Amino acid sequence: MSEALLRLENVTMQFGGVVAVDSLSLEVETGKIVALIGPNGAGKTTAFNCITGVYQPTNGLISFDDKLVVSGHPTGKMKRDYKGSNSEKYLDKEIIDPTPDEITRLGIARTFQNIRLWKSMSVFDNVLTAKHMRNRQNVFTATFRLDRAEEKRMRQETMELLEEQNLAQYKDDLAVSLPYGLQRRLEIARALATDPKLLLLDEPAAGMNPQETLELGEFIVEIQKKHNLTIFMIEHHMDLVMRFCDKIYVIDFGKLIAGGTPAEIKNNQRVIDAYLGVAEE
Amino acid sequence: MSLFQTWLPYLLAGISVGGQYALIAIGYTMVYGILRLINFAHGDVFMAAGLIMVYLSTALPLWIAIPLTLALTVALGFLIERAAYKPLRSAPRMSVMISAIGVSYLIQNCALYFTGGLAKVYPPIPWISDTVEVFGAITKRVTLITPILSLFLVVALVLFIKKTKVGIAMRAVARDFEASQLMGIKINSVISATFVIGSLLAGVGSLLYFSNYASVTPTSGGMPGLKCFVAAVFGGIGSIPGAVIGAFIIGICENVIKGLGWTTFSDAFTFALLIVILLVKPTGLFGEKSTDKV
Amino acid sequence: MTKTKEEKRDAIIAACCIGAFYVLILILEAVVPATHILFSILKKSAVYSLAAVSMNLLNGFTGLFSLGQAGFMLLGAYTYAILNMPTELKLGTSVYKYYECAIHFDMGFLPSLLLAGVIAAVFAALIGIPVLRLKSDYLAIATLGFAEIIRAVFQWEALGPVTNGANILSGFTDLNHIYIPFTKIAIPPTFFVMLLSGICIAIVLLLINSSFGRAFKAIRDDEIAAEAMGINLFKHKEMSFIISSFFAGISGALLAMYQFTVKAATFKTAMTYEILLIVVIGGIGSISGSCIGSFLFIACNEWWLRFLDESSNNIAGLNIFRSGFRKVVFSLIIMVIVLFFRKGLMGDKELTAKNVRQFIAGKKSEKKAKGGEKA
Repeated sequence: MSEALLRLENVTMQFGGVVAVDSLSLEVETGKIVALIGPNGAGKTTAFNCITGVYQPTNGLISFDDKLVVSGHPTGKMKRDYKGSNSEKYLDKEIIDPTPDEITRLGIARTFQNIRLWKSMSVFDNVLTAKHMRNRQNVFTATFRLDRAEEKRMRQETMELLEEQNLAQYKDDLAVSLPYGLQRRLEIARALATDPKLLLLDEPAAGMNPQETLELGEFIVEIQKKHNLTIFMIEHHMDLVMRFCDKIYVIDFGKLIAGGTPAEIKNNQRVIDAYLGVAEE
Repeated sequence: MSLFQTWLPYLLAGISVGGQYALIAIGYTMVYGILRLINFAHGDVFMAAGLIMVYLSTALPLWIAIPLTLALTVALGFLIERAAYKPLRSAPRMSVMISAIGVSYLIQNCALYFTGGLAKVYPPIPWISDTVEVFGAITKRVTLITPILSLFLVVALVLFIKKTKVGIAMRAVARDFEASQLMGIKINSVISATFVIGSLLAGVGSLLYFSNYASVTPTSGGMPGLKCFVAAVFGGIGSIPGAVIGAFIIGICENVIKGLGWTTFSDAFTFALLIVILLVKPTGLFGEKSTDKV
Repeated sequence: MTKTKEEKRDAIIAACCIGAFYVLILILEAVVPATHILFSILKKSAVYSLAAVSMNLLNGFTGLFSLGQAGFMLLGAYTYAILNMPTELKLGTSVYKYYECAIHFDMGFLPSLLLAGVIAAVFAALIGIPVLRLKSDYLAIATLGFAEIIRAVFQWEALGPVTNGANILSGFTDLNHIYIPFTKIAIPPTFFVMLLSGICIAIVLLLINSSFGRAFKAIRDDEIAAEAMGINLFKHKEMSFIISSFFAGISGALLAMYQFTVKAATFKTAMTYEILLIVVIGGIGSISGSCIGSFLFIACNEWWLRFLDESSNNIAGLNIFRSGFRKVVFSLIIMVIVLFFRKGLMGDKELTAKNVRQFIAGKKSEKKAKGGEKA
């Protein structure tokens, strides 16, 4: 059994009086493809935002690669208004509130539910810009072109990524001029450009037909192998999740209601009640 | 007693200027509440009102000149919105702000053209411009009238926004632009109404302000304009009572600083205050959701 | 990455055009009398080009709507004037009439110029820490406020021994007194100022096309995505703010050299607005646009529209043409641009050999298409 790359412990996110994620604990094992599913508004994207540093969780711990990276407990007004559980558990822990770029630097990259490409840039520049984080140039050497080898390396790697994603032919086109499906692929390419260990995909198959979804699944498995990745995704397409994922977590109203292999989840009565029975039209 | 007497003139001047600022600040806060736009031209509308009054009063008796000035100021505000902001309704916010700066530039240059760059003497308005004595301090009557008139107008405005149909529409638009549009509120007329009210108050403010300062130059709108915007931010932008209180605080502080002999810094102080408030409490004093935004 | 043949050819064409342009300036200065208005327009637009480019770096490329330009130019102008003014002049009474100058040293124009940029950059670094956390229009008003504070501080009497209070500073090296090192040969002033501002603009251009420039654009396009891709927002915004202010400082120093004198009262908000309008006319996000925009702005404002101010143009007793009319017409033109040509002259494109070629090709194909319709 391989160890966990990402571990969430009692992560709670409360906005005002609304508990969006309630004491969520889960593990994503190294080298696996794991899915997070649940009905609309269950708190999936919020959980992702907690992991990636967009939100500071109200309570709970997140560790990555055996290192504590995010930690929170209720403070100030929230102490009184806190509705989640385990309110006392982490009080003695120091609050760790990294910015999203610090998380990315650790090796967690993501895509967005509503595609967020840089709209004035070409396909090539979108990926190249994501390489900026691991750029060893400083502003001086970059401006005066003193480190041409580094620039060359970045451009080469960008080209390789584009070729791998079959996007090379579009490299000079504006990113937003691509068809929707290719924009999603470009977002994945851009995330890969940051050299992640863990890739978070937020509804990668949204808006795709069954055929495209299937291709996407195969493609995800392929990049997972090639880049030695661990993948954690939010997805609504059940066939994709059931077919390609090693493990599935189900949340409803912010709470984890089940976790297990696709076969286990399929037969879990709670899941069927809360989610599958409703979602499958 | 002597301390009181030394400071009374500054305090009086502060309250008076505060009242004038309040009337201008409302224009900023209402427009920002609805359009999310810093209307950089608002200070220049205020200046233009002063100049209109100067020119009208040479040809007409005051009882015609004053209402006509207010009417023309309102027309100017309305025209600016229709010509310079309405075409950019769907453009990025930066474009609208640049347009506002352009309008400000245009108004100032027009004023420069008409006045030839000279300071124009503001006509004295009988009774208002008379000097009176308060606790031994000599001042113009306008100093005393300003805060009272300002507060009266503010109360009237708040009632207007609370009770009338247009006022309710304004609040709805401020809360959610798109949803109000879908609900059949005529966005354009609501925005026009906002500019009309803002300009009217700026017109009244200019009557009071220039009666006190006695001359108008093409650039005399710039600094008061910016200060009033700061007042609006200070009070919590979008909130009318906030803008009024912010304006009084700024007016009083500014005059106290002048009284301390730091005149060079009376303008700089306002901006320092702005920066502090933006850093400590960006929503301003009353900028929370509970106050009714306009 | 190896450059294609075409790219290489375009680079050579561009270099030749720029070279030819500077040669043309040199020839003009040799042939046309130095008092011709053309030169004062060119000099001033060179200074304003740099100011506009530095503002464009912030507003156009990093998406930070800052209105502090005049403040940073003031810092640069004063730093240059104070450091460069000869010591004997400082200790005399012709400039510092009411104060005893506290600065007892001077330095050459080049180190002064550089320090002008550095001081502006240091102030920007300090101001940036609190201010850059603010969102769009709040950032605009806060930077504008800082510029006003700087202006007030420089006019403050207590600082008189350094800044000469609200009085003017003069007597420093101006554009007409720049010599080739170790000789007495004067460098033609227009050529010189264009060269300096050209070098600075070239550096900005290099920066924009580097990895950091791409990061700035990423922040402009989508902050959240930029952050998620590992770009530290604050670090990069601060960097852009500092570099922009550095060049604003230098442009302020050049302005001082052009004007012969410096006075804090002239660095008003109106100056920032003018630079912003130049950026808008040229196209937000276009460096070459800012340069062309600043030439057109200054030429129209001070030269081409002059006739509008001449009362001799009036016909039949109408008194329309008089002092100030030019400015009214000019601001109307600007409003038309702001409202109807929002992208400005260049949009976010640059004036490159490739784009020119494409533009001409586009025109041709358009003509062909039209011709086809007619047939």
